[in-house]
Amino acid sequence: MDDLWHGLAQAFWLVVRFDPALVEIAARSLQVTLSALFFACLIAMPLAAFLAVRRFRYRRTVIAVLNALMGLPPVVVGLIVYVFLSRAGPFGVLGLLFTPTAMIIAQVIIIVPLIASIAHQSLRELWHHYHDLLISMNVTQFQKVTTLLWDARRALLTAALAGFGRAIGEVGAIMIVGGNIDHATRVLTTAIALETGKGEFAFALALGFILIALAILVNLSIHWVGKTEREGQW
Amino acid sequence: MVNTLFPLTVTGATARRSGRDLIGPIDLHLSGAPCTMVIGPNGSGKTTLLRLLSGAARLGAGQINWASDADYLRAAQAFVFQRPVMLRRTVLQNLCYPLQLRGVSRVQARRRAEEWAAKVGLTDLLDRPAPALSGGEQQKLALARALITNPKVLFLDEPCAALDGRAMREVEAILQAAKTAGTRLIMSTHDMGQARRLADEVLFLLHGKLHEHTPAAEFFAAPQTPQAAAFLNGDIVE
Ligand SMILES: Nc1ncnc2c1ncn2[C@@H]1O[C@H](COP(=O)(O)OP(=O)(O)OP(=O)(O)O)[C@@H](O)[C@H]1O
Ligand SMILES: [Mg+2]
Repeated sequence: MDDLWHGLAQAFWLVVRFDPALVEIAARSLQVTLSALFFACLIAMPLAAFLAVRRFRYRRTVIAVLNALMGLPPVVVGLIVYVFLSRAGPFGVLGLLFTPTAMIIAQVIIIVPLIASIAHQSLRELWHHYHDLLISMNVTQFQKVTTLLWDARRALLTAALAGFGRAIGEVGAIMIVGGNIDHATRVLTTAIALETGKGEFAFALALGFILIALAILVNLSIHWVGKTEREGQW
Repeated sequence: MVNTLFPLTVTGATARRSGRDLIGPIDLHLSGAPCTMVIGPNGSGKTTLLRLLSGAARLGAGQINWASDADYLRAAQAFVFQRPVMLRRTVLQNLCYPLQLRGVSRVQARRRAEEWAAKVGLTDLLDRPAPALSGGEQQKLALARALITNPKVLFLDEPCAALDGRAMREVEAILQAAKTAGTRLIMSTHDMGQARRLADEVLFLLHGKLHEHTPAAEFFAAPQTPQAAAFLNGDIVE
């Protein structure tokens, strides 16, 4: 219990002092996670819409695989990305291993299935509702997808937030591909793992509280953006 | 205005759903009367027939041949559903949507949307989210959204089911105007008064089969089949 109080107090002082080390780590956490989220949404949203409106042979299989991939163990993803990016691997020449880019790649792979699955759920429902109307209006495949994505945007925001939550708290994969290098690839979660290993529980807890606060802050501000939108009544 | 979609010939058409024929086989020749009214008791297949003709329901067997090719039909038709489908947008955006699909400029689209909103009495509701409208308001919006593109053929599935007397008169006036402007109406209704006022020919459906196809005046004066006579009398139809 003492550690908890120490952790809280230390977190408080770290924030109040605007501790430069902390700010650097927290900023990198946000930068990596938000970049990963951006690219993951770019892939997952159109994929989800495509799966909702398009009937093709192995559609059910693809959806089932996507759902299964939601539970992908991050460590394994990290390992595979590591192998691909390592000096001897196929993308070794790019020199990406132990950079934030490598961490972003791993996180994108981890959260794309999650975002796509959740988004697909709501897009499929909306498509069921819109189907007859849009067919009678003779929309193109592209118009279908954009209409669905736009009209389901609030549900898609929820999907994105789920992806954000998973990415910001992730440690296994980014530890492997990032290497937790100070001033280069250290983020909140890997720092917590490190401090815990060193027995610095209070400092680790402080970082933990800041991580939680950051996650809540991002969620709240996105919700706030959604709420203040004038058409947000459905 | 020439309507190149007709004549429409339907031969042995059925609508199948999970291995069962919902309606048909139906043989039908529509030469393009301004308003074709589909009537029949609940579950007789009116909705299914309209969906089949518009191409929304899959054809199980037989053929449906319009005078024009399928692409032209798809671009020149509109459908007002029995349960109105509202886009999760404002009333104004619902009205603009079909125009935007056709590449009409925003300003133009907005102007026409406002025109049509006025025609169906929705001017005050333009900025409201469409799903929050009342059932009757939704039907009016669906009608305006269907007519805004000047379709050559308009399918209407009980478009006045949720309307009060006055709104029904207004909608019928709009439909008359559309008829005069050259839009062919193929619609279903449960309101025999409305059928008499609007119909030029009548299709009487029963148990998924077409029982009668007669000019309206004839049909209401002296239906050919005893089932249709019973239906018009309000008796139970067997
Ligand atoms: N998707 C479906 N799956 C299974 N059966 C269906 C489906 N749609 C319609 N049916 C059945 O087909 C028959 C015809 O239905 P349809 O909706 O065409 O009737 P309707 O004449 O429009 O009736 P109403 O006057 O109540 O609108 C009904 O028995 C109905 O239960
Ligand atoms: Mg019906």
